[in-house]
Amino acid sequence: MSFVNEILQTIFSGIAMGCIYGLVALGFVLIYKGTEVINFAQGEMMMLGAFIGYTLITILGFPYWATLLLVILILGIFGMVLEKVLLRPLIGEPVFAIVMLTVGLGYFIRSIVTMVPGWGTNAYGLKTPFTEKFVRYGQLVLSWEHLAIIFITIVLILALFCFFRFTRTGVAMRAASQNQLAAVYMGISVNRVFSLIWIISAALGGCAGILLSPITFIHFNMGFLGLKALPAAVLGGFKSIPGAIVGGLIIGITDSLSGAYLPLGWKDIAAYIILIFILIIRPEGLFGIPLKKKV
Amino acid sequence: MRFLMKRNYYEDIKLFKYRSTFLWYIALIIGSFLLPLVSGNYFISQLTFICLYSIAAIGLMLLTGYTGQISLGHAAFLAIGAYTSAILTVRGIPFILALPAAGILAAGVGILIGLPALRLSGLYLAIATMAFAIIVEEILLRWVTLTRGSLGMVVNPPSIGPWSFSTEKSYYYLVLILLILGVLAAKNILRSPTGRAIIAIRDSEVAAQAIGISLPKYKTLSFSVSAFYTGIAGSLYAHKLTFINPESFTLGVSIELMAIIIIGGLGSLHGAIYGAIFVIFLPQLLILMKDYIPQLFSGQTGLNAALYGLMIIIFIIFEPTGIYGRWLKIKFNFEMFPLYRRGTFRREKKYFKVERK
Repeated sequence: MSFVNEILQTIFSGIAMGCIYGLVALGFVLIYKGTEVINFAQGEMMMLGAFIGYTLITILGFPYWATLLLVILILGIFGMVLEKVLLRPLIGEPVFAIVMLTVGLGYFIRSIVTMVPGWGTNAYGLKTPFTEKFVRYGQLVLSWEHLAIIFITIVLILALFCFFRFTRTGVAMRAASQNQLAAVYMGISVNRVFSLIWIISAALGGCAGILLSPITFIHFNMGFLGLKALPAAVLGGFKSIPGAIVGGLIIGITDSLSGAYLPLGWKDIAAYIILIFILIIRPEGLFGIPLKKKV
Repeated sequence: MRFLMKRNYYEDIKLFKYRSTFLWYIALIIGSFLLPLVSGNYFISQLTFICLYSIAAIGLMLLTGYTGQISLGHAAFLAIGAYTSAILTVRGIPFILALPAAGILAAGVGILIGLPALRLSGLYLAIATMAFAIIVEEILLRWVTLTRGSLGMVVNPPSIGPWSFSTEKSYYYLVLILLILGVLAAKNILRSPTGRAIIAIRDSEVAAQAIGISLPKYKTLSFSVSAFYTGIAGSLYAHKLTFINPESFTLGVSIELMAIIIIGGLGSLHGAIYGAIFVIFLPQLLILMKDYIPQLFSGQTGLNAALYGLMIIIFIIFEPTGIYGRWLKIKFNFEMFPLYRRGTFRREKKYFKVERK
């Protein structure tokens, strides 16, 4: 009984972690769907979100929920500025150039964060209203931090779903990601759509950061954790929004199971081993449609 | 103005375009051989690092600059080369065998990891290589019986037959000769049918396929050659540092290599070397300028990394052809003096016109 219990407990914390991966993967997927580019700085968005959240809550004393909204706002603006300053001039350039730009950007942000006074190379913890509160369910002990992550993720995904389904802008974004030229002919401003895509994915990254920071440390290398969302995105087919979430959950659960039952070190690479196997066995992912390149 | 008169097609793929270029290269080689006679050990040691990084960068250049595939995991091949050479020489196998073994093992692993990813579209290789590099780093850290884990390995200076390369200057000659061989080999690969096939793949995969180039074959070939170069560089790197541990081969190193070829200029072997010079001398320059940089930045460990990242961004936006491209433009300006037009070097923009799902 206690063994089953232990596994359930591990899976539960894996699900919480998986939600974070899912959110970051969602950022990858949105940008890839919209602009056919992988944003390798997505993990750094998460790190920035965590650091800004830490500054607001611990140093400036903001309440948690206000901080969550503020972080979404700040990272959204950051994403918009990035798109305007760095990505807009590169529209029409080879994909390679844009991807390398995001790699350079991630590297740049990661090193700049270590220079900010008060942030530096130290690791910080974050106290939230959920810290050290637990719910007992039978023999299971569910911590509020994990429950909060799962809850907020569900809310965010529902909000995104409604946005893409029911609003004019959302439909316009879906149209632009399918055929840009046709979208332009229908009077959709593709520039604005790109801008919005970057805003949403940066904000999602920031949100993931602030959700993640209570259960791990805030550290300038947090972005590497965000990179684990890449396997999640590949697992989900890289173009499918539900796929990203399911991929995130699978990666999260594998992560915590391998952390609990496999020798030291497996936790860090299990996700990447899955990634390479997926590339060999089913490269289009669980939810993808095999693609043929058209001329 | 200089006019080029071509009489047959082979002149298009000559190793040296003009006789004068050939003479300049000879002068450069003689100059770099004479350099240790007049300069100190520290400078020579830095030059050795430049040659080392150049070899690795030529490898990455063949893959990224000429085949158009992104690899974010070349640190892994550097690591495989370094550890192969270290483990073999510690067990008493001579360096002359360990060096090619390092390259061949890296190339073999490259084929294994490249095969699945190269069948897919370009960005998958970037993801797969990154994943691979993280896995390799972890394996090096955990396989303690072979690699001594985070304790690292001590590597002896190499010797070939009667010659020992234990001093800075002798090691510089070894690396320099290997670099010259590497450049010559790369230049010859590039003018062979294989080289022209991989350049065709970079310029248009669809067009390359249409003229009968097998994409997986040539991509894998280019990837393994690239890994071979990087493996060789890794072996030389290990013997230069004489101490290696898994932390010398992080994701940051892969990005540094990427920075080298982007800053130097994608699609040119010159670029790989210019980039290596830039990346090696940048920290030195920063040390010299220490008094002029604000206190907030100067003492920071992340300063180099931040500058590499910034340089990648700046070069991609303002000068995607890198230092070598800028040099070509300046030279062209002088050659064509009153007739230079900016449009000569304008890049063509491509927009998505196709249906996507």
